Amino acid sequence: MRKSFKMQDLDCANCAAKMEREISGIEGVNSVSISFMAQKLIIDADAQRFDEIMDLAQKACSKYEPDCLILR
Amino acid sequence: MSKKLKRTRNRIVVALALFAVAYLVSHLCPLEEWLGGRAAAIWCEFGLFLIPYLIAGYDVLAKAVRNIGRGQIFDENLLMAIATLGAFALVLFPDAGPHMAEGAAVMLFYQVGELFQSYAVGKSRKSIADMMDIAPDFANVERDGVLVQIDPYEIAIGDEIVVIAGERVPLDGIVISGESQLDTSALTGEPIPRDVVEGDDVISGCVNMTGKLVVRVTKPFEQSTVSRILELVENAADKKAVTENFITRFARYYTPVVVGVAVLLAVIAPLFFGQSWSDWIQRGLIFLVVSCPCALVISIPLSFFGGIGGMSKLGILVKGSNYLEALADVNTVVFDKTGTLTDGSFNVIDVHPAEGFDEQRVLSLAAHAESYSNHPIAISVERAYGKSIDSEQIEDVREESGQGIRAMIDGRAVLVGNSRLMEDHGIAFKECKLIGTILHVSYDGAYAGHIVIADVLKPDSIDAIASLKGVGVKKAIMLTGDRDDVAAIVAKQLGVDSYRAQLMPQDKVAEVEELLEEERARSKKGKLAFVGDGINDAPVLMRADVGIAMGAMGSDAAIEAADVVLMDDKPSNIAKAIRVARSIMRIVWQNIIFAIGIKLLVLGLAAVGLANMWLAVFADVGVAILAILNAMRCMRLKG
Repeated sequence: MRKSFKMQDLDCANCAAKMEREISGIEGVNSVSISFMAQKLIIDADAQRFDEIMDLAQKACSKYEPDCLILR
Repeated sequence: MSKKLKRTRNRIVVALALFAVAYLVSHLCPLEEWLGGRAAAIWCEFGLFLIPYLIAGYDVLAKAVRNIGRGQIFDENLLMAIATLGAFALVLFPDAGPHMAEGAAVMLFYQVGELFQSYAVGKSRKSIADMMDIAPDFANVERDGVLVQIDPYEIAIGDEIVVIAGERVPLDGIVISGESQLDTSALTGEPIPRDVVEGDDVISGCVNMTGKLVVRVTKPFEQSTVSRILELVENAADKKAVTENFITRFARYYTPVVVGVAVLLAVIAPLFFGQSWSDWIQRGLIFLVVSCPCALVISIPLSFFGGIGGMSKLGILVKGSNYLEALADVNTVVFDKTGTLTDGSFNVIDVHPAEGFDEQRVLSLAAHAESYSNHPIAISVERAYGKSIDSEQIEDVREESGQGIRAMIDGRAVLVGNSRLMEDHGIAFKECKLIGTILHVSYDGAYAGHIVIADVLKPDSIDAIASLKGVGVKKAIMLTGDRDDVAAIVAKQLGVDSYRAQLMPQDKVAEVEELLEEERARSKKGKLAFVGDGINDAPVLMRADVGIAMGAMGSDAAIEAADVVLMDDKPSNIAKAIRVARSIMRIVWQNIIFAIGIKLLVLGLAAVGLANMWLAVFADVGVAILAILNAMRCMRLKG
């Protein structure tokens, strides 16, 4: 399943790149792209575990930018 | 400026003021005399500079502490904290001069840089959002004689909506009454308004300038042009350019390497060669200040994002920065002829009457005989005739398959068709030297003359090819399903390098694949673009490196299949798109070379002891600010 989410308070471009790398390593994620400029997360992941994967993705984002929220 | 930004700004202003005070006091006041000793004076300065340092940088320090806990040692906050605290800590080495002012300044300028980045990024996001502010908020519907405003989502196909002067057309549709002028500039970048009258299509996103229009909706909101454009631009973020990915990879290695070298620098010389600790530690600290790849990591996506936004304002929609990059490298442009370089409609270009007939008479005969047909050729004849058809005169119309039409007009036999039809009926006709579809006409057994019908070039097609050559495109090639002789003439008129004629739609894919291979053989970097009108050429659009669809206002298939969408149907915009894409790539590379160059230079100078903290701050913050300012030019490129 492929979905796109708006991200809030994504302030650091380098962090966006780090988040993207970390999320791509989550099991069940086929592809992920974070656009720092558009403040968007576009993710293609296993539909059955989607919510679980999104929780992990949020955790990965918080690790680099605690304020940053994926708006679901 | 957001609230958060304003707070940070105020904090930095306060810190800067206090820094200035501390600087003046430490330089102008005889602290040593007042406090009775050099050591006391130094510690006093230490305290003075610590205040602005903490005000400006407490959040950086907090983040640094938190990130150590998470094991992120290459975090920019942490590195900045170490570099600045390290500068303060140099006070512990009696042989080194005090470096507190530098430590505080590095933190201050770092924060100024961060603030500027946030501001610049926010500003470009906003200006792109404004540019894309073409989505209508409501549609007017007449209910019981009054206009009510309704959410465009709730309007169905076939509903009638009213668009008042000054309002945006909310949904695609057909004008059923009224006439007006539409400002299409938000979609096409074209400043000249378009006249619309009853029966014309209108596209959502245009602004109604003068009259009131009643429109019958032909597409639901989600499929309307405006929704599709917005979706496309938003999704452009998904496809990153090679350059962008290269920078991300570079950043991943750059920081650890610089930090590693910093540690080695600080330790090796003093430990093994008995050099001064304070000097080499300072060199290490300078490395840390330059270790953040911010300038690159921000300015490159900013350039692409601003560039894509700026191009959409010119009516050129690019579906991702990877296509923008490819567009800049286009060496070969392959055109579909019909509808792209030519009008795509048949037009009577000449009438050659025989002895005893005049032009009007020949057209009249042909138009009457063909009046029952809705073939494009018949329609073009009728349009050229321009008068109403008197159907009373026409009797007994029969189609001669593949040859033309036989009819009785005013009781006389009329033949309209190709040369075979004339031969079959034993009529002596004249060959025509002009290229196109020739329609011979005979009246009562005598040759009346012939009509030449052809697809005409768009007014700026010749210009378009010339300007492509002007921007350095090596080859322009035309593909067409048309006859070879027609194609040859058109190709010569246009000045394309070569053409392939009589192609079936499926042949075009094979043709383009062959050309792609040629392109690969010629150069590694060169790209091939295919330009079509989106009708029937979706497979070719997808096969090419860059698929460009033209005149896409309202054509779903084209918007879907293409990588670059030109909103209006002027082929000259292709050269413009390439020019702008090249300018953007030039800015991108300027930033890459400038930022990496300055950083490496300062690192080199620092390693041999020629750089100080001030220079390092410039290499970090100054370079970032200059790169961002340069990147922001991408939004305003005009081509």
